[in-house]
Amino acid sequence: MQSAMALSFSQTSFTRPNHVLGSSGSVFSTPRSLRFCGLRREAFGFSTSNQLAIRSNRIQFLSRKSFQVSASASSNGNGAPPKSFDYDLIIIGAGVGGHGAALHAVEKGLKTAIIEGDVVGGTCVNRGCVPSKALLAVSGRMRELQNEHHMKSFGLQVSAAGYDRQGVADHANNLATKIRNNLTNSMKAIGVDILTGFGSVLGPQKVKYGKDNIITAKDIIIATGSVPFVPKGIEVDGKTVITSDHALKLESVPEWIAIVGSGYIGLEFSDVYTALGSEVTFIEALDQLMPGFDPEISKLAQRVLINPRKIDYHTGVFASKITPARDGKPVLIELIDAKTKEPKDTLEVDAALIATGRAPFTNGLGLENVNVVTQRGFIPVDERMRVIDGKGTLVPNLYCIGDANGKLMLAHAASAQGISVVEQVSGRDHVLNHLSIPAACFTHPEISMVGLTEPQAKEKGEKEGFKVSVVKTSFKANTKALAENEGEGIAKMIYRPDNGEILGVHIFGLHAADLIHEASNAIALGTRIQDIKLAVHAHPTLSEVLDELFKAAKVESHATTRTVSEKVVV
Amino acid sequence: MSRLLQTPFLPSVTLPTKTRSSVTGFRVKPRIIPIQAKIREIFMPALSSTMTEGKIVSWVKSEGDKLNKGESVVVVESDKADMDVETFYDGYLAAIMVEEGGVAPVGSAIALLAETEDEIADAKAKASGGGGDSQAPTSSPPTAAIEAPVSVEKKIAAPPVSVKAVAASAVHPASEGGKRIVASPYAKKLAKELKVELAGLVGSGPMGRIVAKDVEAVAAGGGVQAAVAVKEVVAAPGVELGSVVPFTTMQGAVSRNMVESLTVPTFRVGYTITTDALDALYKKIKSKGVTMTALLAKATALALAKHPVVNSSCRDGNSFVYNSSINVAVAVAIDGGLITPVLQNADKVDIYSLSRKWKELVDKARAKQLQPQEYNTGTFTLSNLGMFGVDRFDAILPPGTGAIMAVGASQPSVVATKDGRIGMKNQMQVNVTADHRVIYGSDLAQFLQTLASIIEDPKDLTF
Repeated sequence: MQSAMALSFSQTSFTRPNHVLGSSGSVFSTPRSLRFCGLRREAFGFSTSNQLAIRSNRIQFLSRKSFQVSASASSNGNGAPPKSFDYDLIIIGAGVGGHGAALHAVEKGLKTAIIEGDVVGGTCVNRGCVPSKALLAVSGRMRELQNEHHMKSFGLQVSAAGYDRQGVADHANNLATKIRNNLTNSMKAIGVDILTGFGSVLGPQKVKYGKDNIITAKDIIIATGSVPFVPKGIEVDGKTVITSDHALKLESVPEWIAIVGSGYIGLEFSDVYTALGSEVTFIEALDQLMPGFDPEISKLAQRVLINPRKIDYHTGVFASKITPARDGKPVLIELIDAKTKEPKDTLEVDAALIATGRAPFTNGLGLENVNVVTQRGFIPVDERMRVIDGKGTLVPNLYCIGDANGKLMLAHAASAQGISVVEQVSGRDHVLNHLSIPAACFTHPEISMVGLTEPQAKEKGEKEGFKVSVVKTSFKANTKALAENEGEGIAKMIYRPDNGEILGVHIFGLHAADLIHEASNAIALGTRIQDIKLAVHAHPTLSEVLDELFKAAKVESHATTRTVSEKVVV
Repeated sequence: MSRLLQTPFLPSVTLPTKTRSSVTGFRVKPRIIPIQAKIREIFMPALSSTMTEGKIVSWVKSEGDKLNKGESVVVVESDKADMDVETFYDGYLAAIMVEEGGVAPVGSAIALLAETEDEIADAKAKASGGGGDSQAPTSSPPTAAIEAPVSVEKKIAAPPVSVKAVAASAVHPASEGGKRIVASPYAKKLAKELKVELAGLVGSGPMGRIVAKDVEAVAAGGGVQAAVAVKEVVAAPGVELGSVVPFTTMQGAVSRNMVESLTVPTFRVGYTITTDALDALYKKIKSKGVTMTALLAKATALALAKHPVVNSSCRDGNSFVYNSSINVAVAVAIDGGLITPVLQNADKVDIYSLSRKWKELVDKARAKQLQPQEYNTGTFTLSNLGMFGVDRFDAILPPGTGAIMAVGASQPSVVATKDGRIGMKNQMQVNVTADHRVIYGSDLAQFLQTLASIIEDPKDLTF
């Protein structure tokens, strides 16, 4: 046995010289314990897919080398100015999408400028994901401290937990400021020019910002994002009828707040408000709460996040008219039936939060100068984020990413789209797989998902003629979740039993938002279940929920050795 | 009076508990229903080796739906996961016997399956007739039919508050002259849970809105309606004279338990105990949150520790158990009956912790949130009516325990002292009822002697 191991080790190092280069001499620093892995790899043998993997590795290596060359040529940070243009790349809008694109552009050696008419960071950092996470961090703790039953099951005693509204609001505001500064500094440090003023497109490759500054660039990215969408008939006063922009400042905690819309935003705010003592009424136009989620997940989420809390709801109704509180009268909400449009009910509450989604922010962008016609405000793009004009032809050198194109209105999707565009303009074709972009809702517990929902997958399977299977695992069986007394939750995977392709994963449970990435990476990299099920998860961790999910799946084809052998190398 | 002491000792008492999940968690006794060939029962399945009971998450099918073999009918939550439960037969879902949110032991019937549509009615009749209890979980929580002195007093005390609420609150501006009910989400939820009718209720929230505490007040105090009744007929609040009232579940359980208690041969031994020292101690440590109930429970527990036979129980008539821990149950009158929260290991826990624990249990009992182990694990019961001025009474022995002690009021009495003088001492009478199959007269006598010496020299109570 000993000798066999030693032999296999030496073989490993000889048969893979290319990897020695690629992984900077890792074979020599390989811990002795990995020899056993070498033996295991030998047992699996080389397959064609294995050879392919090696080749792709080499390609990666080569491309990285060429990048290093170009980077050294532009060692003063932002790339050298080209002859005819002021910049290689101008990004209009310094939100998370623009920021992601700018950083990647500099890495690719492009001279880059970013135009911001408001504050750096955009919605996500200033009025969205970031401050809401601060509020949710508070609400999660409040909820835990107030849950006597939960505390007692730990053997903990907590006397009446309370909060200071201003303190909570400050935490959210401080976090936004901190992240905004980090974002600004990260761009300044690598030499991105941050231009202040409202930016618009003057013509091909020409941009105006501020009063009358005109600059040119080889390529332009529009990343102007979105604003809260307020349906007709709703009067927002910023005090009693508010959008997420106002709510995040937490200027008041109303006793009773109606939340119009039960998507991510509404759900997260219901979590915050109920933890801080408010009672909540959801108003949802569709027949079911949480319409965007996998039906099974939304059913369970309703059982955990809605039913036991101080929340009631009206589904299948529109809020046709909302009047802010004034003259001693409460906020009045008129509800009409979503289908028949007949008046159904009138609500009076202390406040109303409009969380009916977001509208693209594309007005005044000068799109008419390049003959682009927006669709409900969204800028039409192809799968490579290239802007399409009114006649359906591509506008050269103009791209649009993020909420403004409406493909997938998530901060990290915008950033991924930006990086994809930069890859293209720096000479490498790239198409982003939107089905591999995860989404998360940071309630307590969290909800996360990637890929298709079960009904979507079944429909696709029927159309394309493949079978769809579903497996589920419960957090109730997970040691770490039980240690935390948080056994409530499920993970669910939708997959193809014939080839092991993961079509979608949905998680509801403790730290679901952090858990989803194993699945989203697998989808992005095309990893099959039969391979990923052999991967090892530390015990006891929540990640074992996914481990069990992969292991529970029944796939007809056998494991390829690819994943395993890759592991040996690094 | 003593019958009110019996209710809680039934294992099957259905307590309307307010659970975390807001769905009323009720327990359903397994029922035996005569099975006809064509009406089958759907049982609560064992979904894991450790599962003893399951909660119905949701019924996938509703009554009257046609079922095909292999179709899922119901989603059940076990200790591990939620599972779809499939039917093994074709047929019609005739009657659902455990509603959503209900809990049923493994193996008990949760629904009936009829083979043909014609048999649905039969099955329905069976479900409602055979399972008398099955109606209980959905029926309203037991109302105040057992007239415990406490609840009467509470009702008399309630009217001023409720009446004031009526007087103070205007009609809600948006209620369209009372046509529409304006209640906060939580108030609505609570009303459903506590079976409180919102119509006619007057809210104390902003602009007359009904808020949670209005609903709670109604549920706790018998409500505005009851209060009005009290104003008219103070003697019998909310009772319609001359009417025949069927037993509520709790009353039915009490009745059965009372009859069952007749199978145990009991006897009684009384004792008069001087409480001057105890009263003095109570005054001293009252400010630290110590209650008289906790002091009595502690003294009793210490006496029980020296006389394990009084803490024993005989269930089968052939053998008896020396209980390993001393759990003192104390009867508390609550709205709609009474319950005996249990002070576990009362001999070992110090008096301050015991007092805190007692306060917590009473709060939970009032909120109907006691867990089964918090009310059915008593090994010895205390019942104190002293606060009403009762000087002596006797209690019926709760089945499954060895003895119960009835405590009267401590009153100043003129006594002859040993040196031939006449003195004034505070004295109380206690009266123990015990199971004579295992506990004999001398056992009780010695126990009471020990108890008296502890109460008359209470330094050990605060160790």
